[in-house]
This record gives sequence, structure tokens and C-alpha cells, in this order.
Amino acid sequence: MWEYTDKVKEHFFNPRNVGEIKDADGVGEVGSLACGDALKLTFKLDEKGRIADAKFKTFGCASAIATSSVLTEIINGMTIDEAARVTNRDIADYLGGLPEQKMHCSVMGREALEAAIDNYRTGGTKKHELEGKVVCTCFGVTENEIERVVRENDLSTVEDVTNYCKAGGGCGGCKDEIEKIIERVQGEKSKAPAVSRPAKHHKLTNIQKIQLVQQTINEQIRPALRADGGNIELIDVEGNKVIVAFRGMCAQCRLTEFTIKEVVEARLREFVSDELYVEEDKDSAAEPHVHRG
Amino acid sequence: MKVVYFDNNATTRVADEVFEQIRPYFCELYGNPSSMHSFGGQVSRKMRRAREKVAQLLGCEASEIIFTGCGTESNNTAISGTLAAYPNKRKVITSRVEHPAVLQVCRELENHGYTVVEIGVDKKGRLDMNRLEEQIDDDTALITIMYANNETGTIFPVDKIAQLAESKGVVFHTDAVQVVGKIPMNLSQRPGIALLSISGHKLHAPKGIGVLFVRKGTRLRPYMLGGHQEAGRRAGTENVPGIIGLGKACELADENMAAENSRVRSLRDKLEKEILEKCPDCMVNGDVENRLPNTSNISFEFIEGEAILLMLDRFGICASSGSACTSGSLEPSHVLRAMGVPFTAAHGSIRFSLSRYNTEEEIDYAIEKIPPIISRLRELSPFVKPK
Repeated sequence: MWEYTDKVKEHFFNPRNVGEIKDADGVGEVGSLACGDALKLTFKLDEKGRIADAKFKTFGCASAIATSSVLTEIINGMTIDEAARVTNRDIADYLGGLPEQKMHCSVMGREALEAAIDNYRTGGTKKHELEGKVVCTCFGVTENEIERVVRENDLSTVEDVTNYCKAGGGCGGCKDEIEKIIERVQGEKSKAPAVSRPAKHHKLTNIQKIQLVQQTINEQIRPALRADGGNIELIDVEGNKVIVAFRGMCAQCRLTEFTIKEVVEARLREFVSDELYVEEDKDSAAEPHVHRG
Repeated sequence: MKVVYFDNNATTRVADEVFEQIRPYFCELYGNPSSMHSFGGQVSRKMRRAREKVAQLLGCEASEIIFTGCGTESNNTAISGTLAAYPNKRKVITSRVEHPAVLQVCRELENHGYTVVEIGVDKKGRLDMNRLEEQIDDDTALITIMYANNETGTIFPVDKIAQLAESKGVVFHTDAVQVVGKIPMNLSQRPGIALLSISGHKLHAPKGIGVLFVRKGTRLRPYMLGGHQEAGRRAGTENVPGIIGLGKACELADENMAAENSRVRSLRDKLEKEILEKCPDCMVNGDVENRLPNTSNISFEFIEGEAILLMLDRFGICASSGSACTSGSLEPSHVLRAMGVPFTAAHGSIRFSLSRYNTEEEIDYAIEKIPPIISRLRELSPFVKPK
């Protein structure tokens, strides 16, 4: 059971400002049914340009509903410029904090607010998350969005990023890229020493190399593919050529070329040797689960 | 506030009769059943009696019962023990909707060179039997497929699987933790079932006691080493209170199974029928023709499961959900996803699981409380268009 503050519970059980303003000045919609939470925020300004009324509709868990409810309270009476400065931290703090794994609810609140402000200023209705390059395809999270949660919340691990914006929480295929974004953003801020590289094994015998390749596939590569319903099998190692076959969803996937380069080869080079390259064993893929001998 | 407990697939209350039987085994009859003195020896005799009661419920011989620490241990033992006994076979067949106590064990095997085939299910959660049959080959060491699914209650065609396994000489293990005590087992009449797991706390015995049924003649390497207990098949001083309690719980289940289940089934059916009638846009997940009598898994579209659970909790109603938020992960239940339940419905799924302790009044109370909760949450949802 989640540890929610009394304030979260209070706003979940008695949400304020539920609904939709018909002739709203700003409308912001984020999230989707597939993602497990979604928020529609509408607001109306008074003659002095302050938010006179704000309403929400939310699909989601208790913290998503509580977050939306307090968001309407926070922005009530603010000018657009003031509202634009509200961060996800402000929303979470107003609730007396959220469980780490629920911080993405506060980020969703801030995103909806931004989308609504953008709609007011430019009349745009573009979905917030579509700006910039999509990093996490499972939850449709962009590079800009990840950079921003890292910077604003001083995040340092991929797990944190997942808690704050869901990126990396589906198949896990983008975790490397998230790691690089964290390094880049946090590097700018503190000039922290580069993350240490794993110790490379210098001179490997053939047996050592093959064992390390198998171990890397087991520990580093298979779990990432499994998350997508796929799998991989090591067929052979010839010199620096590693021959693999894809199974399950991977066998039917059109992205195998990408998977070979960006996942399999990248990990093998990281953990075993820079000289390795990977090829797919097409014969074996055509007939899965052939048992030799 | 009164607790209305509809989460019996998670755990059950210990029966009063069971608790009474266990009570003396802490401060009075605390001897070690392995001891030479008669103080310990008397415990050993009581334990033998408990073993016989478990065997009676299962319809097997007492020597085919191994007491373990929990259902998870039984599953781990069955899988690892079988594979160790057949070192030349490298393939395991399981299903995509197993409990993690089987699924994660199998997935770990892939890291040790095993081929693991996960058989899929259809929209109603029914197993793809054709694929299962195709996949059984000479390299297959083990088929491990649950008896009934814990989330939807869907019962698998265990006898057909057992026949297939037997005809091809493959060991068949079934995780029956949700089933024992609800369906008669008659294991002596079903030779294809080689191994079967039970968990005490799912049938009104305490937590911390499990059983692995091992059919006579089944090759199995012990999983826990370091003692002669359970005829050398599971080392470790026995959980005597747990074993005594499980014996009593099995006796109670055996005596009352038919009557209790028809009562529980009619309560479950009433709850389900009334919810479906009173709440629009809901659907039942699983195979309603072939289902445990106590389980109902209902999806409420456009709203999210955790929110429903917390609202129910305010009225003391305990249930569980397959939504992403309740699991702590970001994706909904692997069982509902394997069934192809749309995300919209999976996020809003609630499992009600009943037991003999539920009453008609509790069902009426829930039927009164649930529809307003659902419509309240739908008022908040941006996906429901105002009428």
C-alpha cells in the first residue's frame, strides 16, 4: 500500500474544481488511457489577466487525482506569467510530498498547465510530449522532457527519471539513452567526473572471451529484450564475430538491425571487447528451437 | 469499521478450528519431532496424522507429501529439482500467465542455457493447447503450468496437459495454490500429474507452510540440503504448528468443499451480476465457463484500479487490482496483457476473491457501495463524455 500524506488523501477523496470550463481561455491535455493516466486542464481569466477559474478531469490513481486537484488551487488567482513558473516540485510540496514512484503525477500536472498556457498564448493544441525527439517510445517521452525533469529535480539515476516521467518504465530499451541525458545535464551543472568505465579485460583467451560474451548476453542483453517479449541465443563466436539468433518477438521484429547494433553490439563492446561485431544467424532464426546433436 | 474481505486469493483468514489445533504447539508441545525422547516423539505422531489429512484431501498417499515453507518454495523445488534429475534435457514449457514464482524461475533458467517456451492464452485466458502439444519434444524436461490463474480464476485443462505429458514421457508440474480446497483433487486417479504445489495460507491455514506433492516414482533432486527431514527430500526442522494447522485446514476443506463452494459460488455470482447490471461499461475478465467458484475479475473502463481500491478501502472493502499503479510498476498485470485485454480495461481491473467466511450481507453492502464509487470516479475522468 502506498504511503500517501493526509493532504493527498484529502484531495483524492474530496477533489476540488472537477469539470471542464466550456468557453475556456486555455485548455491543456496530457497523457492517455494506454499510459495509465491522463489529465485535462481548463482555465478562464478575469479582466485583469488573472486565472479566475480552473477545472480538471483526470483518469488515474489517487495521486494523479490529488495532484490535479491541488494544481487548480495553486494556479487560481495567478497571472499567466506566474502560473508558467510553477514547477512539479511546487505541486508535490503543496501535497506534503508524494511517494518517489508517483512523482510522475506531479510532472503530469505541470505538463498539463504548460499545455494550457501554450494553448492560451498561441492557440496551439499540440500535445506537449510531441515536441523534440522521442526517447521512450513506450510512454512517448521526449529528450526535452527528460532533460527538464533531470534539471528541475536534480535527478541522478535512470530509476529517478522513470519515477518522474515514466521514461524507461516500459521495455527499458531507452535506459542507455536516458543515462547519457543524465550525464550530459548533470555534467553541465557540476562538471562532475565522468562516470567510470567498466574495467576491460585486456588479453582474453578464446574460452574467456566466449564465456564473457555468454555472461554479457545473460545479464545485460536478454533482460532488455525480454521486456519486449523477445529473446536472444548465442550461436557461435568466430574470432571477433559473434553470431546470435533472435527468438520470440525479436524474431519477427523489423528492428533487429537496430537491436543488433544499438543493443547487442554496444553491450558486448562495453563489457567484453571493442573489437567485437555481431551478426544474425538467419538459418537458425527461420527454424526456432532446433536442437543440434 | 467492519472489514469486508474480498481478497482471498491473496491470503485467507486462519480458521478458528485451525488456530485452536495449533495453539499448544508453541509453549507446551514444542519438542522437535526428530528427537529421540517421547516429548518430541509425540509431536512426530501428530505430524504424521496431519500428513495423512493433507493426503486425504489430495487423494494421494501420505508418503507423496513433502512439507515446504511456502507455495513459492514448492514451485522452485519442483522446477529446479526436476531439471537436476534430468541433466540431459534442456527445455521447459510453461505459460505466459504463471505466477512469478514459476515465471521468474523459468526465465532465470534461460541464463543457464535452457530453452523456455511460454504458451500463450486467448482473450478469455484459455491456454493454446495446440501450441503446447507442438512444443513437447524429446528435449523437454518439464511442463509447468498452473491449475487455475490467480488473477482471473480461469481453470486450465490440467487433465489434457497431464495426458500429453504422460504420453510423451515428460514430467508435469502444476501450481495448484489457488485450487486445492476448492476443487476435488483425486490425484491417485490422475497419473500424469507428477508434481503439484500447495500453499497453506490460501486455504485457511497459517502463512509459512506449503506442500509439494511428489508422485511415487518421480525423480526429483532435493532443493534444500542439510537434514534428513521429509525423508531427505526437504531438509530443515519442520514448521510443526504450520503442518498441524494445514492438516486441520485440509480436513475442514475436505468435509465442507461441496457445500461451501456452491454457497461461495452463488455469492460471487450475485456480486458479479449486480455490479455488471448497475455499472455501465464493465466486463468480466477470464473464462466464465471454467472458473474458480470464488474469483471474479471485473474491468471498469475509463477509470483506474488504484483509485477504485482506495475508495473501496474507505468502506472497509478489501480487493485487489491488475492496474499498473498498484503493482508499483508502470504497466498493468502480465496476465491481462497476455490475454490481450485492452489497456483501457486492464488499468481499471478489480479482482474480488471470496471465501467461506463471506456473507450475503457483505455482498449486499458491497453492491450498495460500489456503483457510486465507479460513477464518482467516472465523473472525474476526461474519457467519459458528460451525458
